[in-house]
Amino acid sequence: MPVIIEIPTAFRRFTGGVPKVDCSAATVAEALNELTVRFPDLSRHVRDDQGQIRQFLNVYLNEEDIRFLGGESCCLKEGDRVLLVPSIAGGSE
Amino acid sequence: MSLHYELRCRECGKTWGNAPRSFCEDCFSPLEVAYDYDSLKKTARRDNLAARDFNMWRYSELLPLPDDFVTRSAVGGTPLVASRKLAAKWGLKNLYFKNDAVCFPSLSFKDRVVATALAAARRFNFTTVGCSSTGNLANAVAAQAAQQGFDACVFIPADLEAAKVLNTAVYGARIVRINGNYDHVNRLCAQIADRFQWGLVNVNLRPYYSEGSKTHGYEIAEQLGWTLPDNVVVPMAGGSLITKIAKAFRELVTLGWVEAKPVKFFGAQATGCSPISDGVKRNLQRFEPQKPNTIARSLAIGNPADGPYAIKLIRESGGWAEDVSDPQIVDAIKLLAETEGIFTETAGGVTAGVTQKLIGQNRIKPEETTVVCITGNGLKTTDAIAAEFPATEAIAPRLDAFEAYLDAQLGTTAASARA
Repeated sequence: MPVIIEIPTAFRRFTGGVPKVDCSAATVAEALNELTVRFPDLSRHVRDDQGQIRQFLNVYLNEEDIRFLGGESCCLKEGDRVLLVPSIAGGSE
Repeated sequence: MSLHYELRCRECGKTWGNAPRSFCEDCFSPLEVAYDYDSLKKTARRDNLAARDFNMWRYSELLPLPDDFVTRSAVGGTPLVASRKLAAKWGLKNLYFKNDAVCFPSLSFKDRVVATALAAARRFNFTTVGCSSTGNLANAVAAQAAQQGFDACVFIPADLEAAKVLNTAVYGARIVRINGNYDHVNRLCAQIADRFQWGLVNVNLRPYYSEGSKTHGYEIAEQLGWTLPDNVVVPMAGGSLITKIAKAFRELVTLGWVEAKPVKFFGAQATGCSPISDGVKRNLQRFEPQKPNTIARSLAIGNPADGPYAIKLIRESGGWAEDVSDPQIVDAIKLLAETEGIFTETAGGVTAGVTQKLIGQNRIKPEETTVVCITGNGLKTTDAIAAEFPATEAIAPRLDAFEAYLDAQLGTTAASARA
């Protein structure tokens, strides 16, 4: 069973409506890379100009925020789910 | 725009009209309500307030309310308490507590944000409203949803204080307990808002919701005689309130209702969940999320969505952020009750404790005007301090028993009291 990347509705404009993607990546970084290679329009929404995951995008491996798992270099195993969830901030300078 | 406000992306500036959405679908950054201040300057006048009741609706022009909005009940309008005893103890000349522990209807500042969120929910024709909550927000949603005829479904961490769960259940709201911390609950709610046509006040209604916080700031300025304080100390969970108080002050300056002056913003967190204060103190580019472990559960958000904005505001205002331990929180709750007669929940203990710490660091100075924001009521978190007050032994209903009790308790003092 491959790794599954779940895509929030707001991102599906850039995936042709595809809600989830199977991939065979070994790390979260590779999974995000596979995703953005397949859907290039998504890449600038996933990473900022410095190549970091965008500040208002949270990435989870199964139930856990990847920042608690050592970041995007954390390893994946078969059947894992990677979730992209926009951070819900109110926003005011 | 037809109204004098609409949603605008905080980062790319694109406008999105008025809709139940919380992030920009172009760049996925947060949306906030932006106002046409030139138009507001013509219609919103400070003089108009004189004829209005003292509650948050007196500032209606500065809130994102529909044209046909009808006030359902008084919310806000809480006391600004001029401190005497604690000010003297801490050596401050102008110390105030903005006391939202007595905000109606559900005894926390969350009543304010729910009030503006439900106005938006009605406008967008939602029949079910809800939230992810550490307790106070669930109380506020449940109370106002009951009053206004919405179905309510709230999501909370399973280990929440019993009083906060009860204070939601009593209004008839559906409560979904989640095995996880607030950040897990919040993530789930983001997914639910993606799937269900519900008005989740702090998810898809968040831009409208968070504007309600501004009224805490408007009231502070008005109660200070239409002046701004030098310092504000604000508890931080998601980091939204501190930024909205700043927005309120900026708006009052823009409208010419107060004179401009620099205000330092100080953020308060519990050491057991302090991603924002840690980010400020270590001067991090991005805060590091934490696993909460504190009695201040209403502030236990380890991945604060507005953390980046709170950190920026604190830095740019010349303020600071600090955190206090659980024992310090309990001490501060007791101190505030004993000196000012204000019984606050653990979040208020955090804010009072941090204020004391900031004074000790000479970041808050004696001559300055300092406002400390108390955002919730102590009756909701009695578990946190119950161990401090063990039950005393009962005595017989006789005068000699009372005298014996006094002798045992007070010794010679009792004898002089009798004399």
